[in-house]
Amino acid sequence: MSREMICINCPMGCRLTVDDTDKSNIKVQGNTCPRGVTYAVNEITSPKRMVTGSVKVDGGTIPMVSVKTREAIPKGLIFDSLELLKTVTLKAPVHIGDVVVADIGGCGVDFIATKNVEAV
Amino acid sequence: MKDIIIIGGGVIGCGIARELARYQADITVLERGNDVSVGTSKANSGIVHGGYDAKPDTLKAKYNVAGNAMFDELSRELDFPFRRNGSMVLCFDEKQIDGLTELLNRGLKNGVKDMYIVKGNAEVKKLEPYVSDNVVAALVVPTGGIVSPYEMTVAYAENAAVNGVEFRFLSEVTSVKKDKDGFTVTCADGYTERAKIVINAAGVYADVINNMVCKRKLNIVARKGDYVLMDKTCGYLADHTMFQLPTKMGKGVLVTPTTHGNILVGPTATDVDDKDDVNTTADELNEAFAKASLTVPSLARRNIITQFSGLRAHLDLDDFVVGESEVQGFYNVAGIESPGLSAAPAIAVDVALNVANKLGLKQKPHFEAKRKGIPQFSKLSNTEREKLIDQNPLYGKIVCRCEVVTEGEIVDSIRRPVGAKDLDGVKRRTRAGMGRCQAGFCTPRIMEIIARELGLDMADVTKRGGESNVVVGKTK
Amino acid sequence: MRNINLVIVGGGPAGLAAAKAAYDAGERDILILEREAELGGILNQCIHNGFGLHTFKEELTGPEYAARYITEVINRNICYKLNATVIDVSNSKVVTYVSAEDGLVQLQAKAIILACGCRERPRGAINIAGMRGAGVFSAGTAQKLVNIDGYLPGKEVVILGSGDIGLIMARRMTFEGAHVSAVVELMPYSSGLNRNIVQCLNDFDIPLYFSHTVVDIKGKDRVEGVVIAQVDEKLQPIKSTERLIPCDTLLLSVGLLPENELAKNAEVQLSNTTGGAVVDENLMTNVDGVFECGNVLHVHDLVDFVSAESENAGKCAVDYINGIAPCRDKTVISCTNGVRYCVPTVLNRDEHYAPQSFKMRVANVFKKVELAVLADGVKIYGRKRPVVAPGEMENITLTAEQMQTLKQAKTVEITLIKGEVK
Repeated sequence: MSREMICINCPMGCRLTVDDTDKSNIKVQGNTCPRGVTYAVNEITSPKRMVTGSVKVDGGTIPMVSVKTREAIPKGLIFDSLELLKTVTLKAPVHIGDVVVADIGGCGVDFIATKNVEAV
Repeated sequence: MKDIIIIGGGVIGCGIARELARYQADITVLERGNDVSVGTSKANSGIVHGGYDAKPDTLKAKYNVAGNAMFDELSRELDFPFRRNGSMVLCFDEKQIDGLTELLNRGLKNGVKDMYIVKGNAEVKKLEPYVSDNVVAALVVPTGGIVSPYEMTVAYAENAAVNGVEFRFLSEVTSVKKDKDGFTVTCADGYTERAKIVINAAGVYADVINNMVCKRKLNIVARKGDYVLMDKTCGYLADHTMFQLPTKMGKGVLVTPTTHGNILVGPTATDVDDKDDVNTTADELNEAFAKASLTVPSLARRNIITQFSGLRAHLDLDDFVVGESEVQGFYNVAGIESPGLSAAPAIAVDVALNVANKLGLKQKPHFEAKRKGIPQFSKLSNTEREKLIDQNPLYGKIVCRCEVVTEGEIVDSIRRPVGAKDLDGVKRRTRAGMGRCQAGFCTPRIMEIIARELGLDMADVTKRGGESNVVVGKTK
Repeated sequence: MRNINLVIVGGGPAGLAAAKAAYDAGERDILILEREAELGGILNQCIHNGFGLHTFKEELTGPEYAARYITEVINRNICYKLNATVIDVSNSKVVTYVSAEDGLVQLQAKAIILACGCRERPRGAINIAGMRGAGVFSAGTAQKLVNIDGYLPGKEVVILGSGDIGLIMARRMTFEGAHVSAVVELMPYSSGLNRNIVQCLNDFDIPLYFSHTVVDIKGKDRVEGVVIAQVDEKLQPIKSTERLIPCDTLLLSVGLLPENELAKNAEVQLSNTTGGAVVDENLMTNVDGVFECGNVLHVHDLVDFVSAESENAGKCAVDYINGIAPCRDKTVISCTNGVRYCVPTVLNRDEHYAPQSFKMRVANVFKKVELAVLADGVKIYGRKRPVVAPGEMENITLTAEQMQTLKQAKTVEITLIKGEVK
């Protein structure tokens, strides 16, 4: 199958045409530099995204604390991971790096806090 | 049974309520909105006209000139922003200078004082340095002024409330029935009350109310006007209120400073079918701005901070209707379009006196005529500011950074009699959110304060009542 | 009135970096005045990642990036006041602030760094006609409501403007359960990063309409829909292309404006192009001892550049406090051939020849160009760029030798050389 994508490596934003009929030999056209090929192949074989969000915190100086996935998670897990955030309420104090949700959907990556919230 | 029901919480209804509050009477104001000053009174030019424009011997002429003269004292007594900045009518064509003389003569007939005509562009520029090179002459009306119309209305309402007038909101009147000793007034929410006197001050809906009771029908057309408001940074461009001499091409628009130092241009004039239609249109906004640029060419679009439109209650009779109708005890104050704001103080006194005589009301022994407005932090000296923060630390928390409005002022605006209930109510009373960022920074903070003061959930805080909730709920 | 060496107005990324650098340059009498309840500025609500690649060589979220600098400031014991709003800065460097705790306080400063950021262009500034109900937000206001306060502004969303904040908010609203039906962009290109177009819009099938704008807003109490239309080459809406998109929320991401009201009070000269102050390479304004850095000076796209610029301002402010006299002889840098602006705006014709970075934006999208610095018409620096765009700030650094040539030249020009670049 052939599909279009924009390379995100630099402001050029090359419009790539990617043919992945043969998964072992993905063909990329429209790239100006080799980074375009690497990007396209990753996007086809195992696209990943960082997910950021927030969760409730009790007893802190602010009502919500921001969180992120420690590293990028499979794209298909984005919405499942966001559902998990709704189920969590932390107790202040919270510190940057504290694990908020461990091992999101079995992918081995945790949600961690990205802000310090002191207790009141 | 009430003595008096006033229908409408605009500048007319609140003005009459305040003047009637001098007497021993049981008075209720019914307002269909959730606050006072939410119709015509909140969105107009804010001009106190000299009185040269109205046809001699009309009610418009009479009340305009009389009302104008009352503003100095009234604005001191009720503490609302008013400035006698003077008006000018600009003439752009040598051949039309006669038009200025005609206005001057009409003004003289109406009793307007101190007017004069200046000729030549250079002379006009001595008064207004930024007017167009094309201006050839101007009628100068030193008695013209500017007022903050919503703050004036709020001041009237607060003072009326302090003196015992009851205000009932979200009370859209659906029927008024005459019986032998008075009227039965019913509202959409089921509220019913009887009253000896009903005063119809319902603005663009005054015809609907009149037609419930009177055989002599009224027909009010809502005439929409679009306005453009400019940043205070270009406030130096106009000191007088500048009108354009009407030509065959049309009436022109005004360019005026506001009492807060912005520049206001407009209005356009479009008759609309829907009496709630305050939709601004791109064409009208462009028209208003283009016409204003004829007066002051250096007005720059990048200094526009907001646009709005207001509705004027235009009666086909072309004059105000003020006083008791053919139905005993039913008073109309209808068709109060321009110069209605200028006329309001005189109309209020006149109608109140008339009703008091009719009911044989006695003056209250302890009428409180004075009202103190919300202390305006931005206008105070540093010493006064220090004192204020010392008394109440909330005055040290600046919420609206553009207009320098403190939490103290916002809390005061909510806690006062006839207090603010929503973002627009706070804005009209304190100017929070009215500046150049248009509430971008302060919206969440003001919502929190409203929620806290009124015991609401954040999701129940509205922009201006009804279904205008700002947020839909919690994310989690 | 209390005397103080350095007052920094604003405790966001610019103010924090300036304070840190000023301290490290030896200054101990520093006060940061922050109007919010915590340090960090707008970074606190930018909970997405993508910050810090230049500064920390890792990808941080906004709050994490802020926390790094807050730690630096706290470790140095630099004084700061929270909930303290500066209401005036005078030409003679008197700073007036108010807070509930301190009341009204006036400080006589030796030097002042204005680091008070920018604001968003509101609806009124772009003249969108229509009804005026609830549901129209600037993207940053919505971001605060969602990320800090935990409230959802609406469920069915249209976004005007495809700058990075607009794109980021499209994804955020989607993450929080709203449906974003369109992002509408006036220009034929986006000023946002490709990465954000891909990861904030394409990932969620959110359509992006170029050369379109919002011409009308429907709905009395609350937004019920917006009318969008295609625009012609003069950016004027084409009537026949109008169509209604039902929605309850319109987010505006239509540009940021440096917030220079305090600078105006101090009689600081402003640039019509950037909206910020006219500054020399020391980031000093025309008012001796008054400096600007960060988004109040010009709107940046990367916080890393804000930090670097602000550290420079902090260092230069300390030089000024220590008595290094300002240079009176200045060359205005002229920007030509598609270069819209450059910061610094002017160069001191002094003998201080240190490496210097220049930040600039172009006025349009240009492909295959050379960004060149000319001294008396002679190219002393050139950098070939496959593409430049208004949304991407260009940052070049000249060597001490190049700066010497530049400072001795009568004219200094920054330009784009177009055409096929070899």
